[in-house]
Amino acid sequence: MDTTAHHGTIKELPPASAPRLTLSGISKSFPGVRALHNVSLSLYPGQVTALIGENGAGKSTLVKIMTGIYQPDAGEIGIDGEVTTLPSAHAAFGHGITAIHQETVLFDDLSVAENIFLGHAPRTRFGTIDWRTMRNNAREVLETMRAGHIDADARLRDLGIANKHLVAVARAMSIDARIVIMDEPTAALSMKEIEELFLLIEFLKSDGKAVLFISHKFDEIYRIADRYTVFRDGEMVGEGLLKDTGQNEIVRMMVGRNVDHIFPQRAPKIGAPVLSVSGLSHPTEFDDIGFELRKGEILGFYGLVGAGRSEVMQAIAGITRTSRGTISLEGNSIAPKSAADSIEAGIVYVPEERGKQGVVIGLPIFQNVSLPSLARTSKSGVLKLAEEFALARSYTERLDLRASSLSQDVGTLSGGNQQKVVIAKWLATAPKVIILDEPTKGIDIGSKAAVHGFMAELVAQGLSVIMVSSELPEILGMSDRVVVMREGRIAATYDNKGLDAETLVRTAAGIAA
Amino acid sequence: MKNFLKYREIWLLAGIVVLIGLISTRFPGFADPANLRQVFNDTSILMILALGQMVVILTRSIDLSMASNLCFTGMVVAMLNATHPAIPIPVLIVVAVLVGLVLGAINGFLVWRLNIPSIVVTLGTLTIYRGATFVVSGGAWVNADQMSPDFINFQRAAFLGLPVLSWIAILVIALFFLVMTRTQIGRSMYAIGVNPTASVYAGIDVGRTKFIVFCISGMIGGLAGYLWISRYVIASVEVANGYELNIIAACVIGGISIAGGIGSVGGAVLGALFLGIISNALPVINISPFWQMAISGSAIILAVVLNARGERRQGRIILRKAEAA
Repeated sequence: MDTTAHHGTIKELPPASAPRLTLSGISKSFPGVRALHNVSLSLYPGQVTALIGENGAGKSTLVKIMTGIYQPDAGEIGIDGEVTTLPSAHAAFGHGITAIHQETVLFDDLSVAENIFLGHAPRTRFGTIDWRTMRNNAREVLETMRAGHIDADARLRDLGIANKHLVAVARAMSIDARIVIMDEPTAALSMKEIEELFLLIEFLKSDGKAVLFISHKFDEIYRIADRYTVFRDGEMVGEGLLKDTGQNEIVRMMVGRNVDHIFPQRAPKIGAPVLSVSGLSHPTEFDDIGFELRKGEILGFYGLVGAGRSEVMQAIAGITRTSRGTISLEGNSIAPKSAADSIEAGIVYVPEERGKQGVVIGLPIFQNVSLPSLARTSKSGVLKLAEEFALARSYTERLDLRASSLSQDVGTLSGGNQQKVVIAKWLATAPKVIILDEPTKGIDIGSKAAVHGFMAELVAQGLSVIMVSSELPEILGMSDRVVVMREGRIAATYDNKGLDAETLVRTAAGIAA
Repeated sequence: MKNFLKYREIWLLAGIVVLIGLISTRFPGFADPANLRQVFNDTSILMILALGQMVVILTRSIDLSMASNLCFTGMVVAMLNATHPAIPIPVLIVVAVLVGLVLGAINGFLVWRLNIPSIVVTLGTLTIYRGATFVVSGGAWVNADQMSPDFINFQRAAFLGLPVLSWIAILVIALFFLVMTRTQIGRSMYAIGVNPTASVYAGIDVGRTKFIVFCISGMIGGLAGYLWISRYVIASVEVANGYELNIIAACVIGGISIAGGIGSVGGAVLGALFLGIISNALPVINISPFWQMAISGSAIILAVVLNARGERRQGRIILRKAEAA
């Protein structure tokens, strides 16, 4: 199987030992979304391969294919040179493939030993679990990993995240895992714990395991990985040895792309500040956030997942509380205590998860649109249905919603049209500031263009928009200014004039230019 | 027409018509308007209770204490009537509703402020309210001869061809219909039941709404307390013991989803009527009460199966989203 016949930057790979796992020509689509297209990946024994890519590049989908949760639409999976299939998670497990996720998938109320041997516990000759052997074996596995400090009888709940990772690795060791996938394992760890995890990865390497390491953090990647593979928009765009490749080169691979989407031309008329935030802090999520949003402006918020962007927006929208700081709207200081307060003041937040936080499936379109405006379309608690309907009609028409009737259940609409319902619902509250969190995540190109066109229309009418987005083209194509957040703080604010994607990625990841 | 058939209430209504038809083959007088009026009157209390339970279930909660509330409130108004027969009946009804409101507010407060799951709260108050009935009555009964004639006859008085009890049920149904379709609080109940997270973002106070639904079910329990005691003319600690399950059964048969967010006033009323018809008709056509239980049970399971089929589409959308994520 030819694994190098791909476009992009391909470096000459030195003759290594034969790969333990090869994925070649893998494609996977979901309704309306092409998650992976003709991607390849090889993992070598005793080496760590870093999988790098923006959000939505297809990394998680690939992990799910490797662990037997998804079936690829096309392509081949080879293990030790033999073509095979992974029809179930059990099959992947049988091949010695194991994944360690950001949030470990273990059992909090079972003991460490039980977690390690769940599903393959040693048995006595009566067929019951041989507890003594299980405990001894667990201790032995932990010892070999130099993790003897973990008590095999302790309940998992009482362990820290780093130690839970160790237990997950111990479990991998106990089934003789040969391929270990680590999906952002450091996301919730402290510096010291990360060091311990790296020692463990070194141990796995020396033990001949093939490791796939997924991380957004370049310092970690360069520290621990030998090879890299870069994904972009579901395609493999480069692979090679890290010692031959600079950070900037990888950043270029991540962001370089064909422009397949035209953003609306705007002539922004930017006015006085509408929303001013200063010193906004939260005990755990963000610190000292200050920015200004001006009338008629689209302010982009870029950052890695977990940088605290959504949390800041939720605080401004009254959904979470802050510990310090001030928010003022048109010069008046506000302290929203609930979403209703913010909506009343004129700030609306369109949340990221359309399904969970946005549409109310089971209610008709018009009731979805009017939900946050009920106070206005009712009189002393009694609804005025005609007004409600007119409100819904005017906003859904402006967004060009495709539905047979406004009484139709939103659940029957496509993702793009559901997103329009969500946006219509917030516009109907007649806001001054509208915060869009990942407004086009997971919707098709056509609906994206409609949402972008509408954003342009909104600001042209004098509204102010904050757009949280992890999609670089969207940030660069729509924003007037861009705020970049990193680890709960504002890293930089840029005017979007001649701003390039690499600068943003470097700032977000904390790489010096 | 096709849209019309989409409403599960229509299917339930059709089922009830078929059931009445079947019963009529064995007991020709059953479908007489006079008899159907009687069945409606007999089912009035269950219908009212089912509506009170419906609003709770819609918001993903449950009120197991309704029958105990009914028992306690019934005892309070019966004792009040026995000791102060001069108190006019409308005043007693207001007292019943207010006592019920207090009991419901206790449930609602615990669910809202202490964040205890409603099934746990009301399982506790189910026992407490019945125990409280014993405490206020000292275990004694209030019998028919201790109640004033007005107390007993109020709901039996005929008004425009129907007993007052039936009119009260019709009034409550109409009121619930208006609340559920025409008010902000009614709309909020559905929104919370379907998607509590989105409701929070839309500025709906989920906790407060849950408190209000428990207040509503409490008031209904209180109202039903007076109606029940004056109908069966005995107040004791044993009144309506276990009846909470009939109330929930009526809701489930009526298509109200235990998962919340789905259900209608029409459904709850028809669900109660279905059970009312079964318990009225089967004895007269000589079917043992045990069969009656089996039929009610089968109806519950059938209703859940049919409703699950109706909701499957929704589940698939969620799954698709999970996959695409």
